[in-house]
Amino acid sequence: MTRARRRALSLPALGLVLLAACSRQSPNALDPEGPAAKSVASVAWLMFGLATAVYVVVAGFIIIGALRGKKESRISDGAFIWIGGLLVPCVILGGLAVVTVKTTDTLRKPDANPLRIEATGYQFWWAVEYKDEKVTTANEIRVPAGRPVEIGLHSKDVIHSFWVPQLAGKVDMVPGQRNVIRFTAEKPGEYRGQCAEFCGLQHAKMALLVIAEEAGEYQRWVTRQQRPRGGPSSEREAAGEQVFMRSSCAGCHTVRDTEAQGTLGPDLSDFGGRKSLGALATENNRANLAGWIENSQSIKPGNLMPPVQLEPDELLNLLEYLENLR
Amino acid sequence: MTTTEAGPDAAAAITQEPHGGRGTAWWGMVVLIMTEATIFASLLASYFFLQAAAKEWPLDGIEAPELSKISLMTLVLLGSSAPMFWAEHGIRKGQVWRLKAGLIMVILMGSSFFAFLSLYEYPELTFGMKDNAYASIFYMTTSLHGAHVVIGLLMLGVVLIKTFQGKFTAERHVTVEVVGLYWHFVDAVWIFVFSSLYLSAHLK
Amino acid sequence: MTVTEERPPTPEEEHEAIEILWEEAPGAPGFFASVDHKRIGMRYIYTAFIFFFIAGLQALLLRAQLTSPDSQVMGPQTYNQMFTMHGTTMIFLFNTPVLAGFGNYLLPLQLGTRDMAFPRLNAFSYWIFILAAIFMYSSYLVGRPPTGGWFAYVPNANKTYSPGINMDFWGLGVTFVGISTTVGAVNFIVTIFKMRAPGMTLNRMPMFVWSILAMAVMIIFAVPALTVGTVLLEADRLFGTQFYEVAGGGSPLLYQHLFWFWGHPEVYILFVPAAGMVATIIPVFARRRLAGYKWVAASLVGIAFISFGVWVHHMFATGLPALAMSMFSAASLIIAVPSGVLFFCLIATIWRGEVEWTTPFLFALGWFLIFLLGGVTGVMLGVLPFNWQATDSYFIVAHFHYVLNGAVVFPIFGALYYWLPKMTGRMLDEKLGKISFWIMFVGFNLAFFPMHVLGFLGMPRRIYTYSEGLGWETLNVVVTFGSALFGFGTLLTLINFFVSKARGKPAGGNPWNADGLEWSTPTSPPPECNFESIPVAAGRHPLWDSEKLEEAESGTDDATKSMGPSGALNRQTPILGGMQSDPEETMEIPEPTYLPFVLALGIAVLFVGLLIEAALVGVLGLVVAAIGITGWLWRTEADLQ
Repeated sequence: MTRARRRALSLPALGLVLLAACSRQSPNALDPEGPAAKSVASVAWLMFGLATAVYVVVAGFIIIGALRGKKESRISDGAFIWIGGLLVPCVILGGLAVVTVKTTDTLRKPDANPLRIEATGYQFWWAVEYKDEKVTTANEIRVPAGRPVEIGLHSKDVIHSFWVPQLAGKVDMVPGQRNVIRFTAEKPGEYRGQCAEFCGLQHAKMALLVIAEEAGEYQRWVTRQQRPRGGPSSEREAAGEQVFMRSSCAGCHTVRDTEAQGTLGPDLSDFGGRKSLGALATENNRANLAGWIENSQSIKPGNLMPPVQLEPDELLNLLEYLENLR
Repeated sequence: MTTTEAGPDAAAAITQEPHGGRGTAWWGMVVLIMTEATIFASLLASYFFLQAAAKEWPLDGIEAPELSKISLMTLVLLGSSAPMFWAEHGIRKGQVWRLKAGLIMVILMGSSFFAFLSLYEYPELTFGMKDNAYASIFYMTTSLHGAHVVIGLLMLGVVLIKTFQGKFTAERHVTVEVVGLYWHFVDAVWIFVFSSLYLSAHLK
Repeated sequence: MTVTEERPPTPEEEHEAIEILWEEAPGAPGFFASVDHKRIGMRYIYTAFIFFFIAGLQALLLRAQLTSPDSQVMGPQTYNQMFTMHGTTMIFLFNTPVLAGFGNYLLPLQLGTRDMAFPRLNAFSYWIFILAAIFMYSSYLVGRPPTGGWFAYVPNANKTYSPGINMDFWGLGVTFVGISTTVGAVNFIVTIFKMRAPGMTLNRMPMFVWSILAMAVMIIFAVPALTVGTVLLEADRLFGTQFYEVAGGGSPLLYQHLFWFWGHPEVYILFVPAAGMVATIIPVFARRRLAGYKWVAASLVGIAFISFGVWVHHMFATGLPALAMSMFSAASLIIAVPSGVLFFCLIATIWRGEVEWTTPFLFALGWFLIFLLGGVTGVMLGVLPFNWQATDSYFIVAHFHYVLNGAVVFPIFGALYYWLPKMTGRMLDEKLGKISFWIMFVGFNLAFFPMHVLGFLGMPRRIYTYSEGLGWETLNVVVTFGSALFGFGTLLTLINFFVSKARGKPAGGNPWNADGLEWSTPTSPPPECNFESIPVAAGRHPLWDSEKLEEAESGTDDATKSMGPSGALNRQTPILGGMQSDPEETMEIPEPTYLPFVLALGIAVLFVGLLIEAALVGVLGLVVAAIGITGWLWRTEADLQ
């Protein structure tokens, strides 16, 4: 096997990876931003290398074997079977077993003083609760960069799976049990994640964002969430609050310190600060929000929120109210 | 040639020589029994899996099943293998009367087991299959076994009628052997069902 | 029937009488009553291929939807239905039955006998298969195809989250088709152990027979777990039991254990016979004996054995204890060892042989290059930390298509080019075959290789759409292009088939100069009775081992009376006493009968009754089934010995 040939064979694979890695927003597991994902990525690169080598050597034997015609061979059948079939695989697999055990051990070791969060999967969104801080939010998880995070995973309905490729592997959210995922986001940034276990009609649009912030900025967000909510700051907002409480909104959604305490839909207490609607189904801006309220089914068909019929004026007031929830 | 009547040559060619090893039908039943046994094994594994996941067992304060009467009926069911063996040995020697008598015994014992289960044991239970997972797996396993008993009894009935019609001889009685084997399996698998669902529930 | 015992018939008279005796009634009566393994085998293959093209079309439609972000080709409901039916169809209605079809057709021919051990059971298993297929596909007729995925995880597949009868079509249909698979396996095992030609000891059996044996044993022990899994699912759905309901003390993970206890062996149930096909084709076109015969047989059996110890690697993300996961991780790695042995036996065969570049050989070579990749990614997935990233992503989709599409479908196509001449009597076109192969091969790799990368870029499985800007766009276009190319390649083989049917070159008895007993029949297709005289296997490659194949002759005792033409004339075939190599008894081959169809129909009606929750229909089905089985038992003494 010549070097040129090997390069020729592994080039397409590498090329595809690089091509894809160009996109910076990609939730690329091989572009890890935390120790958990990094150790998996290094295992992955080790195995990609090993796999390419194995592939090239074995495929080489097959192709050369087929092309060489009837010639005397110095390699006996027995040599092929004992060395290629038994010895080499056993050595490689033995090595991999050691790597497996070592990496698994590191990955499952609990960190000291982690930030504890409980996340619950719903069809088709995520409830997020900071137990110690007594803060509740949804679909976007704010964490301080550099601090280990430990998330307890639950499900309210079917099985979901929590997966933020740049931070860690996936762990399922199984009804009736509490699983745990651990990761650390080393640098501030936004890391996209997505439900990885088929959970029904809108499995495709059940995504989440882990937002890692500098410790101070994170702390400011927490403190704001812990402060009692003040009254509306404008007339429009006040009218919007009326709409929210009177219409069907309050039946399903919670806004802390108000009479809206519904639990069927995401908590909206810090909604104004969210980047997306409907678990990353679309960007959070005024036009999208209006469309979502009028008929979210056109954006995310099959989600559990029914269309809401409002007068244009009511809608404007409601938008004003929602955008100012922080 | 019409499709349902046996060819004249075929009929004529069946000679009456005794054969040495087991026939294909017997082996087929053995393999079928292996797969059936795996079904029961999967159910019992499910039973223990649910038990392992539960805080209390049986669930929701259901009492472990009562043992005395079912133990007696277990003896009846397991005992029914004896006349079956006796009948099979009889027909191998050409003693059709033993086959008749044995089969009647087996059918009586099997029927009384099934009658006990459906008329006495089930109505006495304090839980329904929808109550919880324990109840569900209890009913599923016992009723699946019950269905096997019924199928076995029906097949034994066919064999009995054929016996009275004089269709079996020392040389030709494949159906007896195959159905007999099935019945022994139905008996044997009850040992495992009984130990798991009844006996083990009393272990603390 | 003019044969009399007084005057010994001339060979010509005898030949003619045998042909008349084995001929089946024409038209519908013959069709529904046939118990001939060759007709049943062909039916299996043809029916399965119809489903291959249906499921292939579904795959292309799925790809059409995924080609670009936020595409509107279909909505989530349709997409979910389609990927559910694509997977279900490929596993249950194409891969499994097509291999059963090859097994049915080839086993008696390769073993040197006149039919399967249970010809009526054989017919029954086909009827169950086709009725179950119709059952599942009738969901489209009522507009309610299942949507819960081919794996139907609970709670998503329970009555709360999948209301309506959609998932019942799946749960009941899968249980239903399992009956067919199971009785088929019983038939294979008994046929292999009891129906071999004189001289064919276990260690002379063709490798395809070994692979079918390993497959059948896996089926016997794996399918029950699936049956229990789906029966409990349906009990929850139809009768309100609590097996998988957390609120009632049940466990959703119980379903996953049951499903994968079948599901992982199932991969090998499909892979092993396909490997058996490759191990048959390679020596023929390398023009030498299979290297390491015993090693290959042992590795197939070893794979079957280990396959029962690895199911948990499908559940590594469900939060199991670390020790349990490490053990299953290790077991998953170990399965690479028998695969490695298998691989290098075949490499050695090629290395020291002289290759004849025919289409079947090309497909076998394609198997090598594809399965090798599917194998190494399989090893990667056995490594726990890697699995946590890769599982349920497109990496998995890539991996299992390399195994189930590449390492199973390529050998099946190779087997078509190799054995179809024997089955139809006409050769397929070699040139078109090679073009078809290369297009399939290139298309396959373009379709599935980029999926590995997509998985690492965070694309999860089973999503009907995705947003722009995640770096997935380009690769998805490549994937769709590749799948279309692959689909086009398979169409070329379909065209090849029809052209060959119409005006293919006549195949003759042994067009490939191959080694197995199936090629010893003087004509293609073989005579209805397979062998007028049972052949004698002098070695592992009977047609290569001796200039002229020896044929057994009828004696007068029970052991040998059915060996010669007189046995064929009496619809008899010899069977072994125990596991020894020589026949000791004679078996009657049953006449064509409607009973298998009646029994299968009864069971189908029972399942329909369960589906529409109509007790009366169910009871009617049970009655019909009871009539069928009683009639069967009734006639046993007359038909069998």
